Amino acid sequence: MAEKKITLEQVRHVARLARIDLYPDDEERLRTDMDQILSYVDKLGELDVNGIEPTVQVGESGAPMRSDEVTNSPNAEAMLANAPVRHRGYFKVPKIIE
Amino acid sequence: MSSSTELNRLTIADAAALLHKREISSAELTRVCLDRIAAVEPQLNAFITVTQKAALEQADAADRRIKGGDAPPLCGIPLGIKDIYATKGATTTCASKILSNFVPPFDATVIAKLRGEGAVFVGKTNMDEFAMGSSTENSAFGPTKNPHDLTRVAGGSSGGSAAAVAAGECLGALGTDTGGSIREPASFCGVTGIKPTYSRVSRYGVVAYASSLDQVGPFAKTVRDAAILLRALAGHDPHDSTCSARPVPDYERALTGDVSGLRIGVPKEYFVAGMDPTVERAVREALKCYEAMGAKLVDITLPHTSYAIACYYLVATAEASANLARYDGIRYGVRAAAEDMISLYEMTRAQGFGAEVKRRIMLGTFALSAGYYDAYYLKAMKVRTLIRRDFDCAFEDCDVIVTPVAPTTAFKLGEKMNDPLTMYLSDIFTISVNLAGLPGLAIPCGYDANGLPIGMQIIGAPFAEETILRTGDAFERSGAVIPRRPAL
Repeated sequence: MAEKKITLEQVRHVARLARIDLYPDDEERLRTDMDQILSYVDKLGELDVNGIEPTVQVGESGAPMRSDEVTNSPNAEAMLANAPVRHRGYFKVPKIIE
Repeated sequence: MSSSTELNRLTIADAAALLHKREISSAELTRVCLDRIAAVEPQLNAFITVTQKAALEQADAADRRIKGGDAPPLCGIPLGIKDIYATKGATTTCASKILSNFVPPFDATVIAKLRGEGAVFVGKTNMDEFAMGSSTENSAFGPTKNPHDLTRVAGGSSGGSAAAVAAGECLGALGTDTGGSIREPASFCGVTGIKPTYSRVSRYGVVAYASSLDQVGPFAKTVRDAAILLRALAGHDPHDSTCSARPVPDYERALTGDVSGLRIGVPKEYFVAGMDPTVERAVREALKCYEAMGAKLVDITLPHTSYAIACYYLVATAEASANLARYDGIRYGVRAAAEDMISLYEMTRAQGFGAEVKRRIMLGTFALSAGYYDAYYLKAMKVRTLIRRDFDCAFEDCDVIVTPVAPTTAFKLGEKMNDPLTMYLSDIFTISVNLAGLPGLAIPCGYDANGLPIGMQIIGAPFAEETILRTGDAFERSGAVIPRRPAL
C-alpha cells in the first residue's frame, strides 16, 4: 500500500474550510476517493515545469477595465424574493453576536 | 406538411423556411414538441421542468411576428434550455437540491438574445448537478436515459439537451461545456454539438462551475442548425468581461462543402490502446472520406495529452470550490435548520449538494489550501500552458484536428457511478480543448454493432469556428453516414 495522499484528519479540516458538514460514513469514502484522485494527479510530477508561466485565463481580452458606474436599477423586492427567510427588507440569519 | 406529427423531426433551417412561408405555425410546431415531450418523458427524463404555458405564449407571439414580416431565423423555433441558464420567472435548479426552488429574477445573456429572436423555450433540460459529470447520473432529479438505448447514459453533463434533440422533443438545445459536457453527450446521443472558443459566447447568467473553462454552446440535428444557433448566441457582452468583442461571422455562409486542400491533423495520442476498436474504425473511415474529398491528412503530436485529465481535475475543482462558495442558504436556495451561522452553512451545504459536487469542492479546497497550492494548483496551471503550446505547435502544420469524441459509445447506467476516476477518464479526448480554450465540434460519424452512435470531434484554432463547421458540414453532405432516429 502506497503512502496515503490525504488522511482522515485532513479530510475533516478541508470539510471545515469548505463549510460542508460530513456525515460519518462520508468521511472515509471521501478520503478514499480523494486519495485515488490525488495519486492519479501525481503524474504531473513527471513534467519539468521550471520557467513555465502558469495559464490563468485563455481569453484574448485579459482583464479589461470599465468605469465604476451603477448600470442596473435597484430592485430590492426581486433580490429578496428567493430568500429562504426574510424579515421586511432584510435577509434573516441566526444570531451572530451574543 | 403531410403529417403534423413529424414536424418535430424538421431541422431548424427547414422549419424556419416553412414558418416564414407560413406553411406551418410556431403554435403547431410547439404543440407537436410538447406532445412528444409528454409521450417520451416518462422513459427519458430529459427535462427537469417543462414550460408548456410560457412556450405556447412564446409561439403565439412568434406567429404574430412572422405574420408581420421580418422575423429573425430562430423566430418560432422550439428549443430546450439546459437548467444551468438563468431564465427569468422559470425555476433554474442546476439539477441540485440546493437550488431546487430558485426562480431567477433575470435572464442569462444568451437567453435574452434568444428571446429577442423570438425563439420558443419548451423547458429546462436535465444535467449533472452543477455540470459536474459525464453521464447526467449526478442529477438530483434522476438520470436522463439515452434515447438509442434506455439502459444507457445520455452522456453529460448536458445529457438532457442532447437526448431531447435526439428524441425530437425540441429542434435544438443549449448546453455548456467545461470538459466535454456538450461534445460527449452529443456523441452518445448521435447529434451535433459545438463548444465554441473560450470567450466567444457570454457566460453571464450561466451558473458558474469552472470559470476559465466553461463555455456556452448549442446542440442540433445538423451542422447547419448548429451554425444558425451559434450565430445567435455569440458576441460581445458588457456583463461578461471575458467575452470577446470580435465581430460574429455568418457561420452558415462558411458551409461551402469544400474541404479540398484542408490540412487535417491526426494526433497519434488520440488513437490509443484500450479504446473501443469500433470507435477508432469509424473515425478512420471518416478520415478516408475527407481524403477522398480532397483534404490532406497530417500526422501530428500533442505530447502532453496524457496529463490533461490530471491538470483539469485540479484547475476545475479549484475554481469550483470558489464558485460554489456562494451557496450558503442565505439569499436564495434551500436552507437547513440550524442554531448558529456556521452550522447553518455546513448543514445547508451537506444537505443541498450531491456526492460528486462535494467531492469536487473538497478536492479543489484541498488543492488551494495552505501547503498544497504550489504542488497542485500552480503546477496544474503550468501544465495547462504546456497543453496549450501543444496545440499552438500542431496548428502550424494543420487547419483542423480530427479525433474521436470519446473512447467508447454510451456506457450502461450505473456502470461508472462508484468509480469517480473511471468516470473522469471518459473525457480524455475532450478535456484538452477546454484547457486550451479552443473550439470543438462533435458530429455523428457512425454506429457500433448495438446501433449506438459514434462521435467525431473536429478541433479548430481559436476563433476558427467557421473552419470546423465547414469541415463537419462537408462530412455530413458526403452522405457517408446516415443519421439514425432512435426507435423510442
